[in-house]
Amino acid sequence: MSTLRIVWLYPDLLSTYGDRGNLLVLAHRARARGIDVEPMQVRSDQRVPHTADMYLIGGGEDGPQAVAADRLLQDGALNRAAEAGKPILAICAGYQLLGSSFYANGRAYEGLNILDLRSDRGPSRAVGEIAGDAAPQLGIGKITGFENHGGRTHLGEAVQPLARVTAGIGNDGATEGAWAGHVIGTYMHGPGLARNPRLADLLLAWAIGADPSHLPPIDDTWPERLRTERFQALSTAQ
Amino acid sequence: MSANLTPRAKFATTLLRTAAALSRATGRGDGSVIGGRVGLIVEPRLLELLAEGRHVVLISGTNGKTTTTRFTTAAIEAIGKVATNSFGANMPTGHTTALAKAPKAEYAALECDEHYLGQLLDAASPKVVALLNLSRDQLDRAMEVTALAAKWRQTLQTSAGQSTIVANADDPLIVWAASVCQRVVWVAAGQSWTADSAICPNCGAHLDRFGEFWRCTNCGLNRPSPQWSVAQEGEAVVGPDGRRYELNLQLPGRVNRANAATALAIASLFGVDPGQAAPRLSEVASVAGRYAKVEREGRQLRLLLAKNPAGWLESFDMIEPNPPVVLSLNAREVDGFDTSWIYDVDFTSLAGRKVVVTGDRRTDLAVRLEVDGVDFIVVDDIRAAIAAVPPGPVEVVANYTAFQDIRAEFNRVN
Repeated sequence: MSTLRIVWLYPDLLSTYGDRGNLLVLAHRARARGIDVEPMQVRSDQRVPHTADMYLIGGGEDGPQAVAADRLLQDGALNRAAEAGKPILAICAGYQLLGSSFYANGRAYEGLNILDLRSDRGPSRAVGEIAGDAAPQLGIGKITGFENHGGRTHLGEAVQPLARVTAGIGNDGATEGAWAGHVIGTYMHGPGLARNPRLADLLLAWAIGADPSHLPPIDDTWPERLRTERFQALSTAQ
Repeated sequence: MSANLTPRAKFATTLLRTAAALSRATGRGDGSVIGGRVGLIVEPRLLELLAEGRHVVLISGTNGKTTTTRFTTAAIEAIGKVATNSFGANMPTGHTTALAKAPKAEYAALECDEHYLGQLLDAASPKVVALLNLSRDQLDRAMEVTALAAKWRQTLQTSAGQSTIVANADDPLIVWAASVCQRVVWVAAGQSWTADSAICPNCGAHLDRFGEFWRCTNCGLNRPSPQWSVAQEGEAVVGPDGRRYELNLQLPGRVNRANAATALAIASLFGVDPGQAAPRLSEVASVAGRYAKVEREGRQLRLLLAKNPAGWLESFDMIEPNPPVVLSLNAREVDGFDTSWIYDVDFTSLAGRKVVVTGDRRTDLAVRLEVDGVDFIVVDDIRAAIAAVPPGPVEVVANYTAFQDIRAEFNRVN
């Protein structure tokens, strides 16, 4: 039986808001289905493995974001993984650097061009709960998370928004995140997958080449209760 | 001291005390903040005037401020009266009140919020500044931690010329910030959370770590040789001359032995013999409710405050191996609204125990524990948590407002 290899990229640079949580949630949900998991943490001074089944990249400050983009461009493995259809989940600063350009340290930097989007500075920092209706094709329902970023992201034609925003800012106050093929970027930390188990399962299904509806159901009492609470907190606040 | 206060400053001090007393009498808290606010409106320079002529130490950092300030106060009291903000009111209003309430104290030990260090350096002209550690805390409302270290570095360079710095040699962010100062006493105070200093704060290259040693692979920033450290064997602090000072602390954990080492380093700069100071630290049983032991229905609860990932990991290091653990999490404004940091805490060490979760954000904790494979039960409040565990010792770990809620249940135990 083969093992699902999940790479968490550059925790030394991009791990500001509980980013490890996405790796833990994916591993937990895979093991609950009897899938063996090998979590791999890859530091920014190590080569990115070509052979993994899924790649995660997290959020961070401006300086580390620029360094991470530079190293990933030189390494090349993440671009090849995207071309090979491997699932990639990118959060916040990691999401921005998948685009064509992003803003850090007061200037524009070249991104990895994996997603057709670019990011710049917004008028104010977006901090707080975020919620939205996910793209119907993804079949994951509503999304909930916490965002904290100064950037705004402009989507090109080759990507779809991950969700239409119902609370919070996301990309620009109207849409949140982006997806194309098996690559998903989002401003939701929190971490996003703890609050959005169906998004986690979608990534797992992509990684093992299964239809998401064929994954055996697991007990999601607590994640569902958390989702209900967070949506309720937003509706009481409005 | 306040003998030379201007009439305006004296009037401001009187109003401050009245406001604080009124606040206490009406049950609104200890009155430190409102008192200081009133005093500073009447005399904006009140803090500076009240600090004048006293020997002041400022103590700042993400974790351990309140306990280290309490230890330092106990140590310096060996030679004189000490004004201190023992209620944890650690912004200028609280400092002003602490000084106003102790007009005869020749010494002052002031816990200082990380973001007010510059202001306090200017206002209080401290003899000593102690810098404990910096790690992620209240992410949605506070500065990111490297930016805070840079701010410290700048403010120390411009405003700490007359001060001796007591700084943690084990925390690269602290070393980088303090290394601009002329006189630094280094303490090996440990670092329980290394994820915020994987890369060099000075140049961005990787830090190598070999046991307790660390160095930048590029610019040469490295761990300074500490003059003070926690003994490897037994419970003691080792001073600059290699002398051992035995500790017999009531407060648990390695982190409190490190806080004691910092307090002894500070006290010796004030002329206190560490051998005389060390036994005084063992008289500290609790600090504003932290580590307090309370009894209810045959359960002996020990209350541990932990506000951020480093604090939670330190708590798990302190707790006894067998008793049930109650975890309580809130996310109100002072806690930070963002709970994502609970994923930076490894809960797997709790597996196999009875774990009870409560607090406003108990569902977040439930999801977190499930991911780590830790069994738990969820209850509405601390009363229900007590009912859910058998009689005997219980460890309670809570973040800031969750801790205050629990303290309130026990008559605001100190």
